[in-house]
Amino acid sequence: MDLQTLSYLFVGGTFALYLGIAFWARAGSTKDFYVAGGGVHPVSNGMATAADWMSAASFISMAGMISFMGYGGSVFLMGWTGGYVILAMLLAPYLRKYGKFTVPEFIGDRFYSKTARVVAVICLILCSVTYVIGQMKGVGVAFSRFLEVEYATGLFVGMVIVFFYAVLGGMKGITYTQIAQYCVLILAYTIPAIFISLQLTGNPLPQLGLGGKVAGTEIYLLDLIDRIVVDLGFKQYTTDVRLSTLNMFAYTMSLMIGTAGLPHVIIRFFTVPKVKDARSSAGWALVFIAILYTTAPAVGAMARLNLMLTIEPEPGEFLVYEERPQWFKNWETTGLLVFEDKNGDGLVQYSADPAINDMVKIDNDIMVLANPEIAQLPNWVIALVAAGGLAAALSTAAGLLLAIASAISHDLLKGMIAPNISEKQELAASRVAMALAILGAGYLGLNPPGFAAGTVALAFGLAASSIFPALMMGIFSDRVNKEGAIAGMVAGIGVTLFYVFQHKGIMFIPGTEFLGSMQPNWFLGIEPNAFGCVGAVVNFAVAAAVTKVTAPPPASVRELVDHIRIPAGASTAHDH
Amino acid sequence: MSPLTEQQAKEYWRRNVSLMVKLMVVWFVVSFGCGILLFDFLNQFQIGGYKLGFWFAQQGSIYTFVVLIFYYAKKMAALDIEFGVEEE
Repeated sequence: MDLQTLSYLFVGGTFALYLGIAFWARAGSTKDFYVAGGGVHPVSNGMATAADWMSAASFISMAGMISFMGYGGSVFLMGWTGGYVILAMLLAPYLRKYGKFTVPEFIGDRFYSKTARVVAVICLILCSVTYVIGQMKGVGVAFSRFLEVEYATGLFVGMVIVFFYAVLGGMKGITYTQIAQYCVLILAYTIPAIFISLQLTGNPLPQLGLGGKVAGTEIYLLDLIDRIVVDLGFKQYTTDVRLSTLNMFAYTMSLMIGTAGLPHVIIRFFTVPKVKDARSSAGWALVFIAILYTTAPAVGAMARLNLMLTIEPEPGEFLVYEERPQWFKNWETTGLLVFEDKNGDGLVQYSADPAINDMVKIDNDIMVLANPEIAQLPNWVIALVAAGGLAAALSTAAGLLLAIASAISHDLLKGMIAPNISEKQELAASRVAMALAILGAGYLGLNPPGFAAGTVALAFGLAASSIFPALMMGIFSDRVNKEGAIAGMVAGIGVTLFYVFQHKGIMFIPGTEFLGSMQPNWFLGIEPNAFGCVGAVVNFAVAAAVTKVTAPPPASVRELVDHIRIPAGASTAHDH
Repeated sequence: MSPLTEQQAKEYWRRNVSLMVKLMVVWFVVSFGCGILLFDFLNQFQIGGYKLGFWFAQQGSIYTFVVLIFYYAKKMAALDIEFGVEEE
């Protein structure tokens, strides 16, 4: 069967599955809608969290970034997994014990202030919206590349699918679809990786293959990559530090605490029955995530090697452009791969020296998507990758949309504007909010604002500098008061936004970056994407200082803090 | 609401925090320590084709994270029972 038909079959099949689940898991109450009834098994929740967490960026872009960054790409691997240790020990059990529906609700109660709740809602919407744009783009790109439909049509189909299960089922529908989506995306990621690892090293486990020898030789795979890239003038793959040790440290820390502060991840832990389950569920989530995250470095390195060996089959002998393989031509038409014969010799010369390098552009995203083609795997594997990329993008989009919709219907509408609406009315309102959020995200996916490119990283910086410190202080201190928390959040997110804008432009509009994007102007050499942890430090410091000079919190706060620290007496998530 | 006396509640929290701190130290050492700060030093050792620092940064830290969470969950479940604060 040809690739096109197979792709339609795989994608169509998985979509039918998601729709089936949507009808089966309809939400009957606000509790169903916000926290899936509070009865999700910790292993199931772990799997759903993994799908929720692993976005189009994890599935499509990460291995490609590692491919070209080598050791420097480790910031994503450690940063996007280490956050779960923080979640499991410092946040999830206590927030679960508190048993409310949303993150701003906890912040509002702990800091006895509607203003704090509104500030938290604004921070939540800022990070979730920047994040969701990337997912919508991922859906559009996957459709247009694999099914050869228009970007807009692809986006529209994706929106309709999410609409069905998210509006009908809320968190309940999303949870069960995410479990199915996890299965699809993990198969789609690991099957090609196993094939490629077998081809290159003879070892079916990519995690071991990466540390193994190239099949039929006595040379280690990583040593071979190091040798080839160094010969072409690139930095050694296994030791290429991202800018500086301090920058790698800051980047990893920002991604870790950003992960722990992302509302759409935190609310997943409100769905399990007990505090005990919240702890173990974070472990299960990380197991399911680790399967992909320990495979990704192998995919990245092996894809780099295969690419190098295609372009330069023997040392010093480059590919003749006219004899380039089919995948090369396919990706050239998308503009993600650009060849320019600088010296006119008809050879594809690849080098770190821009003066003689003919491979003008190799987009990161190609590496995972084209990997099966480069390794000449069968068509069904390539079709599976298409379905996997869509599963990754849709599952994350749905989780983010739920976080946004519940902040609007539960925190803003029920919490502030109309506290007396009935449960039925709130459920209806949450469905409307979800529908509006999908339309909004779709609109932003179709007309991505100029800043869409760098935004997923920004979302982490914002969560790290605003929500994470507020939650930490709320749980671990009974002294921090509302003035401190509000000032801290505003200062943290303000400093982070200011730093990003001054180097990348206000709202990323080119020309407005008043300090320039140049490295010499960076504070301690820290790149803007890695600045969230500095914002978090500012948040903690400002909160502590302001707390010191303002009135202490009321006695009820002390009771609340004591209450969340001890598991007994946790009821399932409730509304009052 | 809590079935514990104030003294017991304090003790429970102290034991929780002390376990947490120990595990967070391990968390820091395997990632920021072995994967970043001690990277060059560890790279003189090899496991198979992996330089050790590189292995920690791209594989070892992640495996350790998983073990840490389950260890914490298990220890805390036992602590809950010891203090009689486990949930039905």
